[in-house]
Amino acid sequence: MKLETLKPLLACAILSSFLVGCSSTPSSSSNGAGVGSSTIPADNGVSTGSIDGDGISGSDLDVDGGIETVFYFDFDKSTLKPESLAALRIHAQRLIANPANVRLEGHADERGTREYNMALGERRGSAVQEFLVLQGVDPSLLEVISYGEERPASLDSTESSWSLNRRVEIK
Amino acid sequence: MLKRVCRIVCLIMLMPVSALAELSIEITSGVDNPTSIAISPIMMKGAPLAEDISAIVGADLERSGLFSAMPRANMLSNPRALSEVYYRDWRIVGMQYLVVGSVVRQADGQLSATFSLVEVAGERVLFTHVAKGRDSQLRDIAHYISDKVFYTITGIKGAFSTRLAYVTATKEGGRQVFRLMVSDADGARERLMLKSKEPIMSPAWSPDGKELAYVSFETGRPAIFRQRLDNAKREQLTNFKGLNGAPAWSPDGQSMALVLSKDGNPELYLYRFATKTFTRLTRHFSIDTEPNWMSDGKSLIFTSDRGGSPQIYKLDITSRKIERLTFNGSYNARPRLSADDRTLVMVHRSQGIFHIASQDLVTGDVRILTRTRLDESPTVAPNGAMLMYATKRNNKGVLAAVSIDAGSRFLLPSRQGDVREPAWSPF
Repeated sequence: MKLETLKPLLACAILSSFLVGCSSTPSSSSNGAGVGSSTIPADNGVSTGSIDGDGISGSDLDVDGGIETVFYFDFDKSTLKPESLAALRIHAQRLIANPANVRLEGHADERGTREYNMALGERRGSAVQEFLVLQGVDPSLLEVISYGEERPASLDSTESSWSLNRRVEIK
Repeated sequence: MLKRVCRIVCLIMLMPVSALAELSIEITSGVDNPTSIAISPIMMKGAPLAEDISAIVGADLERSGLFSAMPRANMLSNPRALSEVYYRDWRIVGMQYLVVGSVVRQADGQLSATFSLVEVAGERVLFTHVAKGRDSQLRDIAHYISDKVFYTITGIKGAFSTRLAYVTATKEGGRQVFRLMVSDADGARERLMLKSKEPIMSPAWSPDGKELAYVSFETGRPAIFRQRLDNAKREQLTNFKGLNGAPAWSPDGQSMALVLSKDGNPELYLYRFATKTFTRLTRHFSIDTEPNWMSDGKSLIFTSDRGGSPQIYKLDITSRKIERLTFNGSYNARPRLSADDRTLVMVHRSQGIFHIASQDLVTGDVRILTRTRLDESPTVAPNGAMLMYATKRNNKGVLAAVSIDAGSRFLLPSRQGDVREPAWSPF
C-alpha cells in the first residue's frame, strides 16, 4: 500500500488517538526503576548493577517469533518505510488474534535538541500506532512512549549509528 | 550580604559523591589582553587552609576569560595585609590589580576572611571587605571574593557563587545509569540529586534556586518532577500519556510552562502550583516544545515546526498571539534568553552541523558562538556574561562554556561518562 493512500486513514487515526489519549490516572509508580535520591547515603558511586548483556535497550534487530520488532526511520522523518509494512501487518494480526498491551517506544538520533527529539520519537511511535489501528488493532492496547535520543541503540556519532537509533521498538 | 553566603550554604545539605563524573576546568581561549591580577596567598596565621582560597579566586577570574591570574611562583612577595604591600613588587611584573587577605578564627568558631582589592598603578585600595563562614564554606568564601573583585573591576555582577545542574550517563555493570547532579559553577563540589536506571532529562531551576524540576522515566514513561535541594523532597507533577517534558519555572515561581502531548501532539501548557491545573497554551498540529520565559513572565519563547522546520516563536500568554523570531537557517531550537531578554541563544544548524548561536532580538544579528559539532542545551549565566552548553569530545558528552561575545571559552571535561544538559542556576 502506498503511503499516499494512507494519508486520509492516518488522519482518522489521529482523531481516534485524540479520543483515547486523555488519560491522566494518578501514578501507580512502583520504584522498580531503581531510583535513589540524594538523601540515601548508600550511594558512593560504586556500580552495583547486575550484568545483563550489553545493557543498552534493544539490539538493532530484535526478533519476536521471527518477526521484526524494530522499525527504522529516515532522518527527521516519521513516515513508515515500505519495508516495515509487512512485519507490522503480522504484528497487527497477532494483536487482533491475541490482544495484549504493547509499548511502542519511539527513538531519535542524537542530532538536534533533546526535547524536540522527544517529540520526533513520539511522532514515529504514533506512525506505527496509527498503522496498527488501521489494521484493526484495538487502540487501547497500544501506548506510544518516546525516549527521544536518551536510549540510543548505538553510541557512536556516525551515520550508520544514527540510522540504527532512529527507530520504533514494539515491546 | 555576608549573611547571604551563609544562608545559601546552610540550606544546602546535599551528600557529596565521590569523584564520579567530577568536572575539571580547561580554559581553551580567553580575550587578547586580559586584565592582569595577582591573588596573594590567603591563609590562616600563615598556614594553608583546607581549600586554597587564592587559587580558587584566580581560577574563577581566569574562567571568565577577562583575567590572567599571576602564578604564585612568580610573585616577588606574598603580602597578607595591606600593610605588607610593596607596590613596586607588583608594578615591575606588570600587575594591574592585587588581592591580599587573610583568615582568622573568631571566638564563635566561624572563619573570617578579610580581603582587599588594590589597583597597583594608582596605589589605590578599591575596597576592604570581610566574609565569614564555617570551615566547610571555604569555597563559598573564595567565590564570594571572586564575585566582589569581578564586579568592582568589570562592573558586571559575578556569577561565581552560582551552581550548575546537569545530567550524567555512565555505563555501570553493563547498563546506563543516569544521575542528576548539582555542582558549583566551577564544577567543584558535585552532589547527587537523583540516580536512576531510566533516563533523566531537562533539569530546570526554580527562580529562588532552591528546587529543580526535571523529567524522569522512572515510572516507565516520562514524567515531570520537582525536587528540593535541601532535603531531596520531591513531587511528581505530571503523569499523562505521551510526552511530559520541557519544564520551565515561571519567573514568579507560581507556575510552570511544560509540554504535554495528551491531546494528540506536543503542545505548551501552563501548570499552576496553587490550583494544580493545566491550561493549554498552543493549539497546532505541529510540534510545540521547549518553552522558556521572558523575564516579565508574560510571554514564552518556544520551538515549533509549524512553519515546516523547527524555529523559535514567541507566545504572548494573555492574547495567545504568536510571533516568529528566527528566520536564519532551517533548524533553530531550544531557545534561552539572557536576563535582559535581549539576547536569544539557541541550537542552530548550519551546513548539517549543530552549533550554539545567539540572536540579538533588537538588531536581529545572528552569530554562531561555538566551533564544535553536536552542540546543544545552551544555558546562560544569570549575569549574561557566559553561556554553557553540551557538546561531544572524543565521542563523549562534555560541558563547555563560551562568553556571550564568543571571546573566551572553557571546557569542563568529566573523568567518566557523558555529561549533558547543563542548567545554570539563578543568582
